[in-house]
Amino acid sequence: MNFDLSEEQELLQETVKQLLANELPATHLREIFEGDTGHDPALWKGLVEMGIAGLIVPEEYGGADLELLDLAVCAEALGWGGAPGPFFGHSVACIALELAGSEAQKKSWLPRLATGDAVGTFAFGEAGGLWNPSEWTLVGGDTLTGVKLNVPTASLADLLVVGVAGGGLVLVERSASGISVEDMQGVDRSRRIDSVTFENTPCEAMPGDLAAANRVRDAALILLAADAFAAASKLVDMCVEYAKTREQFGVTIGHFQGLKHQLANMAIDIEPSRALYWYAAHAFDHIPEESERSAALAKSHISDRAMEIGRDSVEAHGGIGFTWECDVQLWFKRAMFDRAFLGTPSLHRDRIAQMSDW
Amino acid sequence: MDLSYGQEYEDFRNEVRAFLDANWPPKESATDGKSLGDIANEFREKAVDHGYLLRNIPKKYGGCEQSPDSMKAAVITEEFRKVHAPQSFGGIGPMMLVPTLLERGEEWQKEKFVAKSVRGEYQWCQGYSEPGSGSDLASLKTRADLVGDEWVINGQKIWTTTAREADFMFCLCRTEPDAPKHGGISYLLIPMDQPGIEVRPLKQMTGGADFNEVFLTDAKTPKDWIVGKRGEGWLVSRTTLKHERNGIGGAGRNDVMLAGLVSLATNAVRNGKPAIEDAEVRRQLVFIEGYMKSHEYSSFYQLTRDVNGKEPGRLGLMNKIVGTNISHHVARFALDLLGDGGLLDPSADDRSLGRVPGEARQWVTQYMYSLGIAVAGGTANIQRNVVGERGLGLPRDTFANADRSAKQ
Repeated sequence: MNFDLSEEQELLQETVKQLLANELPATHLREIFEGDTGHDPALWKGLVEMGIAGLIVPEEYGGADLELLDLAVCAEALGWGGAPGPFFGHSVACIALELAGSEAQKKSWLPRLATGDAVGTFAFGEAGGLWNPSEWTLVGGDTLTGVKLNVPTASLADLLVVGVAGGGLVLVERSASGISVEDMQGVDRSRRIDSVTFENTPCEAMPGDLAAANRVRDAALILLAADAFAAASKLVDMCVEYAKTREQFGVTIGHFQGLKHQLANMAIDIEPSRALYWYAAHAFDHIPEESERSAALAKSHISDRAMEIGRDSVEAHGGIGFTWECDVQLWFKRAMFDRAFLGTPSLHRDRIAQMSDW
Repeated sequence: MDLSYGQEYEDFRNEVRAFLDANWPPKESATDGKSLGDIANEFREKAVDHGYLLRNIPKKYGGCEQSPDSMKAAVITEEFRKVHAPQSFGGIGPMMLVPTLLERGEEWQKEKFVAKSVRGEYQWCQGYSEPGSGSDLASLKTRADLVGDEWVINGQKIWTTTAREADFMFCLCRTEPDAPKHGGISYLLIPMDQPGIEVRPLKQMTGGADFNEVFLTDAKTPKDWIVGKRGEGWLVSRTTLKHERNGIGGAGRNDVMLAGLVSLATNAVRNGKPAIEDAEVRRQLVFIEGYMKSHEYSSFYQLTRDVNGKEPGRLGLMNKIVGTNISHHVARFALDLLGDGGLLDPSADDRSLGRVPGEARQWVTQYMYSLGIAVAGGTANIQRNVVGERGLGLPRDTFANADRSAKQ
């Protein structure tokens, strides 16, 4: 029995955190958050140089060939630092190529994605809250005509992995004809979402089937769970720091048991769930029979917890917590993204119930 | 990560299984005319001889003195549980007093008490809380005065589980009335069967009486029945409370509790259909499972840390309250599923916390008990203080601080 991160994983997580601590102070994060693109090319370059872009890309295609758990602990570190940009969409696109791509497609794209020379993302969502591969309606073929919604950082991508009716996946180059990308003005300004409209846009089918698309979704759910864990932990940390410095009635407010207990409850609610996303990430690569259910459980449970902690964090800060100026909103909105993206917790609880033997 | 136990421990598991195959359940010819208790005890002795029970108790005090190995301990518990074989005696003596004696007791005390306590021959009760001293335990007033060769004890203890059955009480008494609060307490062992002790059952809200009040009026115990020195009782008691907190938060019962809820939902009716088919009911079961699995996997993590000699971080301070929060979720949802069953009083046979509940009245007991366990062994609010102060580094409570500065 060994249910703990390896030294390498701890080091990886620490290195990412350190990079963000140096390159992404709160003032800079806010500039990006409030900027036009939600992206800082220099920061992304720094992450790429660390190897983040090709972390789980197989070695033969120029990646580090690590596992989903390694990627997920990076996602936690990035979420903790509030990292903006294409990490999430890019990672899921890499996983999709690996799981569903043909040899030629892998050869063509993975080496470029692994080095960050190309950026990927994935287009799964459709109007009506249709996220799951079995629900997709966009008709595949040689060309695509229709709309995908809530596509993460599409404006930064060179390659889109698009879900089509029947649970298939197709590749679309951003430079292809007939594509228009529009910023949907998402709530999390650090990870923008776009609508992508296709009109007779050339595409290339991937050989992977519905099962492969479901696997890709599960990987994305686990990355969201890791990010939500980070957002919640960061919020708890911010509240604790505030409680140690803010004074009222002549003492720091952390002395007051009402607040102390609220903060303790927040920590008690989130801390054990780190093991839930670890387990789901581990199961993704090693316990296939539990993989789908564990991913859904981690996403639904942790993103729900993170939102509740977001609420509590505003309350714990008092009036300042409700302002644009206070950093609570940055991670609160991350939690909102993680909760809604790929379907709300109740949607996944329904799926889990369906997968249960009761 | 590797969730298997590895070859060494799988070999050990096979060894344990072979032992159980041969010894439990015992062959009928070997049990003729013996009581169930005697049969179980005979089995336990064999298990001790093989190194499976009383592993952390030195041989000279009746254990088998194995080097600490949390993984082996986990394997043994799993395998014994599978075939319903008797495990070590539980209860407050083996779980709380014995570890304290092993760590802090005099040699003669260990010789006299340990072997018999771990075999259930001596029953113990804990004299800590008093009517006026709950969370602020160190304010306790029960007084012990040394008169000749005896301590003479006067006062009252409360919430005393198993006081009616106990042979002895381990008890915190004020022996140094002039010393500061925490420094004036001693840890005494007191025989229960004497005229100076009166035990009155304390009826709890379920209607049962699992607790007692204990009145000590010139109760007596020998001068050397003290663990640690005079005035060190508070420190000695910390050893014991730590063991109780570890015991209460375990994730072991989660699976059976969830199965119990599923069974309840299968039999309950909502909108003319089995409740288990109702979408909200199904979501709620998954909601609770999210907490349970988090707790269970966190226990894997803590076991790993323990095996590697590392601290589990703030998670280690949360086990009790995480466990009791889950119990509350389970019980609250059960009450919802019970519907009209929630109008019923606990049945006369089931007013104590025992097996996994089946019928409505047992779930009502379970619901009420989920409140009790949130209080026992340090109330949920005290746990929140611990997490807030030691886990998050928030400032200590001003009033408690003023008290403790004298002690530390």
